[in-house]
Amino acid sequence: MMKHELKLYCETSRLSDLRIFLNKILQETSLSEIEQHQVTLAVDEVCANLIIHSHGCNSKEFIQISVEKEVGLLKIEITDQGDAFNIIEYNVPEINQVKKTKRKGGLGIILVKRIMDKIEFESSGLQNTCRLFKNLKSK
Amino acid sequence: MLKIETSKKSNYTEIKLIGEVDASNSVELDEAIVALVENDTKNILVDGTQLEYISSAGLGVFMSYIEDFNDKKISLVIFGLNEKVFHVFQILGLDQLINIKSNKEDAVMEL
Repeated sequence: MMKHELKLYCETSRLSDLRIFLNKILQETSLSEIEQHQVTLAVDEVCANLIIHSHGCNSKEFIQISVEKEVGLLKIEITDQGDAFNIIEYNVPEINQVKKTKRKGGLGIILVKRIMDKIEFESSGLQNTCRLFKNLKSK
Repeated sequence: MLKIETSKKSNYTEIKLIGEVDASNSVELDEAIVALVENDTKNILVDGTQLEYISSAGLGVFMSYIEDFNDKKISLVIFGLNEKVFHVFQILGLDQLINIKSNKEDAVMEL
């Protein structure tokens, strides 16, 4: 599988384009339909978070997504130049805490961490890179 | 794209979600629920048969009303979720916190 890339401008209305992009690629993998749906959701969550919190929905800014299949592994790399959000260090809230405080956020990162098999994050100060990995079974 | 259809029945109000709920439009779902609460609705059925996708923005809307609805004795039952969408509720354990039924008949029985 070749490398697929998408430049996503920072507006939440563009998230549906991201999902169309991902669905097409994921269909070609050995992931089940349910897994494909979940991986799309995880990437949507990371990008929605970046668009809203790191870029303040500034439609002139963008994030880049690349999807690559390595041996037995699907790698999705998300790079941007906004305020760094370290997904690994972020302490996810307890579900019951989210319910009690009636906050409408905080669930997205829980989903990402439960869906993906491995997550990496690095920031050079100028550029942030988040890598999401999903194990692939052989077809 | 999300379309929300609200219809008032004799003993409940039904909200039908058609399409996808994500960070761009979850506020519409929130507004639809707020409108029902303001109208003193006590029984809310959410028809999820045509809901193709929901991200945490939408799940958070449902989550944020759980405590309020318990206090105000408002029932909310979701029905007809497809397998992919139901799995997302399950990942977060929301199927334990929100009343979810497979079909409308079972959902109405819960009210």
